[in-house]
Amino acid sequence: MEILDLTESLDREFISQVEEESGQRVRLCYQCGNCTAGCPYTFAFDIPVSRMMRLLQAGQKDQLLSSHSVWLCATCESCTTRCPNGIDVARIVDVLRHMARREGYATERGVKVFWDSFLESVAKHGRVYEMGLLTSYIAKTGKVWTDAELGPRILPKGKLHLTPSRIQGREAVARIFERYKEASK
Amino acid sequence: MSPAYAYYPGCSGLGTSMEYEQSTRAICEALDVNLVDIPDWSCCGSTPAHTVDHTLSCALAARNLGLVEKMGLDTVITPCPSCLTNLKTAVHRMGDEEFMRRVNSLLDEPVGNTVRVKSVLQALIEDVGPEKLAERVVRPLSGLRVAPYYGCIMNRPPEVMEFDDHENPVAMDRLMEAIGAEVAPFPLKVECCGASFGVARKDVVARLSGKLLDLAEANQAMAMVTACPLCQMNLDLRQGQINAATKSQHEMPVFYYTQLIGLALGLDESSLGLNKLCVNPGLALREAERKTAEAAS
Repeated sequence: MEILDLTESLDREFISQVEEESGQRVRLCYQCGNCTAGCPYTFAFDIPVSRMMRLLQAGQKDQLLSSHSVWLCATCESCTTRCPNGIDVARIVDVLRHMARREGYATERGVKVFWDSFLESVAKHGRVYEMGLLTSYIAKTGKVWTDAELGPRILPKGKLHLTPSRIQGREAVARIFERYKEASK
Repeated sequence: MSPAYAYYPGCSGLGTSMEYEQSTRAICEALDVNLVDIPDWSCCGSTPAHTVDHTLSCALAARNLGLVEKMGLDTVITPCPSCLTNLKTAVHRMGDEEFMRRVNSLLDEPVGNTVRVKSVLQALIEDVGPEKLAERVVRPLSGLRVAPYYGCIMNRPPEVMEFDDHENPVAMDRLMEAIGAEVAPFPLKVECCGASFGVARKDVVARLSGKLLDLAEANQAMAMVTACPLCQMNLDLRQGQINAATKSQHEMPVFYYTQLIGLALGLDESSLGLNKLCVNPGLALREAERKTAEAAS
């Protein structure tokens, strides 16, 4: 078991940064465990959500940003909905994910690549082009057999188009991404 | 005809959930719910955008709210819970002026945040209602026992979604009862199916969606009914993967609720996209018809 020196690794600035970006007060968590009890992803998390909240109160930046949990939260809003103290826990996890991205952590690379490919598709076409998204995911991960067995099930249904649906305003959408990148420099 | 709603189909409606899109349009027309398409709508950002940044995510949703404002309509409806949650979250968070200023700084044209957002499900319950729907039914699905599955975000968090009950939603149950179907108890109504992890983490979807299929079967449902393209895809298209991973043998049809309403209204099957479902619903529908005929004789 890893032993943490809480005094040594306490990062107060990290706590206030999470509070500011999420609009939540992390000290309100009294560790009732409701979030973890209702979280469908606990089985897959390396750090259960209530423990993430405790580590956050203790300013354990590295532990949190390097966790798999930040990438495996699906934002199902169970924790937020059931928190007795009205903490928007899912929003906090989202913010931890933003920070992990900024600081170059990606413990679930496949998940990150999937989301990135999705957004690249939106920036390019204005809408998601599903076939292009899958192709881009496969190209970036090298996982050539991803969902290959689903091909014969879905292709005859005519649900996956081989060309994107491009909108007139795709440049307006691309500008949203450009302004965001510019603003976050 | 009822007042017009601006209509936001969402990206998957053009592809993997085209049967949801087709059946939604078909039943809205049959029930006199007036849909006006948003010209040149763009993606709401879905889950990936909010995992990157909240201002970016809300700006992608808000571009569409701005288009609705230009149409002069006050309410936009969408079938997809992911689009719904992004549009509603944008409206909710832009209640904060500073946040709205940041969102507007990413857009070509600022939005005024005047538009209301609802799901098609909410519009059907509030605008049409189960009673009026029941009156229009020509082919009651009384032999069909269904497990209604809402997915995680249609009703959560309640202060943003402002619709139905966040632990035990009943809107879809009421509509299914109105078309004569038998509603099986389904205590995992609002549990997550594994969402968009199907591609990168199939194991997660197999476990979570597998639990849903197990429960539907344990409660003797002949079919599941969904309101979300991602839930439907995980349960239907990935059912074979789930069976392989969890050593189960489900053959559970997974309908969109709009398809079943369309059937009960006597609409043509091809206009409801029943042939787009992966698990063939034919057996369950024939069994339901047999039971209905048996009960009538």
